Amino acid sequence: MRILNAGPMMTVQDGGRRGFLRFGVSGSGPMDRDAFEAANALVGNAPDEAGLEFALIGGRLSLPDECLIAITGGDVPVALNGKPITPWSSWRAPAGSELEIGAMRSGVWGYIAIGGGVTCPPVMGSRATHLRSGVGGLDGRVLRTGDILPLGPDTGAEPRKLVKPMRLRGGPISLVPGPQDDYFDADAFSCLFNQAFQVSQQRDRMAMMLDGPEIHAAGGHDIVSDGTLMGSIQVPPSGRLIVLMADRQTTGGFPKIATVASADLGRLVQTPSGKAVRFRSVTVEQAEAMVREAAKMRRSALENLAPNDLLPG
Amino acid sequence: MPESQFFAQVPKHWLRLTPQDDFLKVAAAVPVALAGALKGWNETWERMGQSEGELVLMSDMLRDARFLSCGDSALCVEFSREVDEQANTVALALASALDAEPPAGMQEALPTYRSVLVAYDPLVTSAREMTDHIRTCLTRIRPSDELGRRVEIPVYYGGDACLDLDELAETKGMDREELIALHMSVDYRVYMIGFAPGFAYLGGLPMRLATPRKPVPRQMVPAGAIGIGGEQASVNSVAGPSAWHFIGQTPLRLFDPRRSVPFLLDAGDNLRFRRIDEAEFEDLSDRVSRGESPDVIRETAL
Repeated sequence: MRILNAGPMMTVQDGGRRGFLRFGVSGSGPMDRDAFEAANALVGNAPDEAGLEFALIGGRLSLPDECLIAITGGDVPVALNGKPITPWSSWRAPAGSELEIGAMRSGVWGYIAIGGGVTCPPVMGSRATHLRSGVGGLDGRVLRTGDILPLGPDTGAEPRKLVKPMRLRGGPISLVPGPQDDYFDADAFSCLFNQAFQVSQQRDRMAMMLDGPEIHAAGGHDIVSDGTLMGSIQVPPSGRLIVLMADRQTTGGFPKIATVASADLGRLVQTPSGKAVRFRSVTVEQAEAMVREAAKMRRSALENLAPNDLLPG
Repeated sequence: MPESQFFAQVPKHWLRLTPQDDFLKVAAAVPVALAGALKGWNETWERMGQSEGELVLMSDMLRDARFLSCGDSALCVEFSREVDEQANTVALALASALDAEPPAGMQEALPTYRSVLVAYDPLVTSAREMTDHIRTCLTRIRPSDELGRRVEIPVYYGGDACLDLDELAETKGMDREELIALHMSVDYRVYMIGFAPGFAYLGGLPMRLATPRKPVPRQMVPAGAIGIGGEQASVNSVAGPSAWHFIGQTPLRLFDPRRSVPFLLDAGDNLRFRRIDEAEFEDLSDRVSRGESPDVIRETAL
């Protein structure tokens, strides 16, 4: 596969890299795991198979051999050999096809899965690109025009489409207070759960910055560094919230007021810059129930794909 | 306890780092060194006046561990809020115990200065189950058994990363040689690897060398730079911005994803710096960059 034109933040991602947190390397992997796994399921790949992730703008790809492709994530116009195709479905691309993906109409992160997967050599057990350490994907960097990526053999799977919803929409994003909840007083939590925040344009695979009311840590904004997660919400001295993401630093010295419930992470990362987000407080048990419910919904959607018998255009 | 007294009794099973032998020999050398060191170390513990007190302190830490909520896919087991050698020892012991026998659904254990972050799959287990498991685990841990490797890092106190040595020496009212001697006089402990891949946070810096970080970070500090930030010391793994003070550079690569063992150091390792001159630095750097034989740990009797 050849990249004819790459959007500004296109990387190879797979299910993520595990086992290196204690060596300073976070897991990487998709920002929106639901959408990533859906793309793989649509082309008959295993859920962790490597594909491409892009932010806001896709690009143009040339596919030398016949293959099955699917685009998921935010709502984006896609054309196969000049004819529009719908996302969240898989399409058979004849040999020599050109795939063009435009700019997001809603959402932020998009996924391109190809049957057989992207097969660049795994580094430290994974093909996921970790930009901070320059590891994985293609030379550990974002993809550029002219790059060539190896693909696995066509799975031979039939084109299919998603007919059941993948996840619930709308409502505030659920947060579990902690681990440093005792650094914050009632005013801080009242602010966090009653006021609106805006997703700022300062966002990447490491973190999302949120604009909005400043939150003060009564216990101080400095802790002896401890471990971080995708979804940890740090509060630096500026009082401006930082939500850590897939390529984050593994340890951090700002207190973390709360952690985003896994079931709501995908919705948060897909919130466009400038849009408001609201938070609600849930217990660990509630968040666990949500993640199980979400997994059930995702499984049901991905196990009940329907044949996609449409022709492009 | 005074560091010198402590290490005087430890068997001489230091691991020297040079790019000479096959990196795979490391795997063979480490257990040999550990087996010998462990025995001596335990004897040392017993002979030391304060060891009993420290062991009591550590069993108190195990008993009083705080479980901090980190959402639905992880929890944090905290032993202290401060930088604390005993808390770090206990954290490393818990992480090792969990890694040795991971409970169902556990994905990773990340030991830090003073806590362990345990990540798990919420579709397989739950915070309740993980907490119960870890509580049981804590009752079985004997942190005195915990011992890191002993590693020697060659350092050239000069060159591109020797950015602050003279200024620092002046601030401290000592000459250059005195400062270098002081920096090399102690043994350091890798409290944790974090911030960047392979970046080693070291404890054990002589208090006279403690220096607040610079108000404005430098944009680029080379990989391998030997730093001082507050009461901590570091061996930087990758090039990048930093507000720390830098006094030298190691030719070794702490992180190289092309190696079968990408990371040179692990939390719990004990470090000693060995001074090398410019010629040896250039020679080691050349060989490391040619990749002819990557970084090596070699057992040596000092």
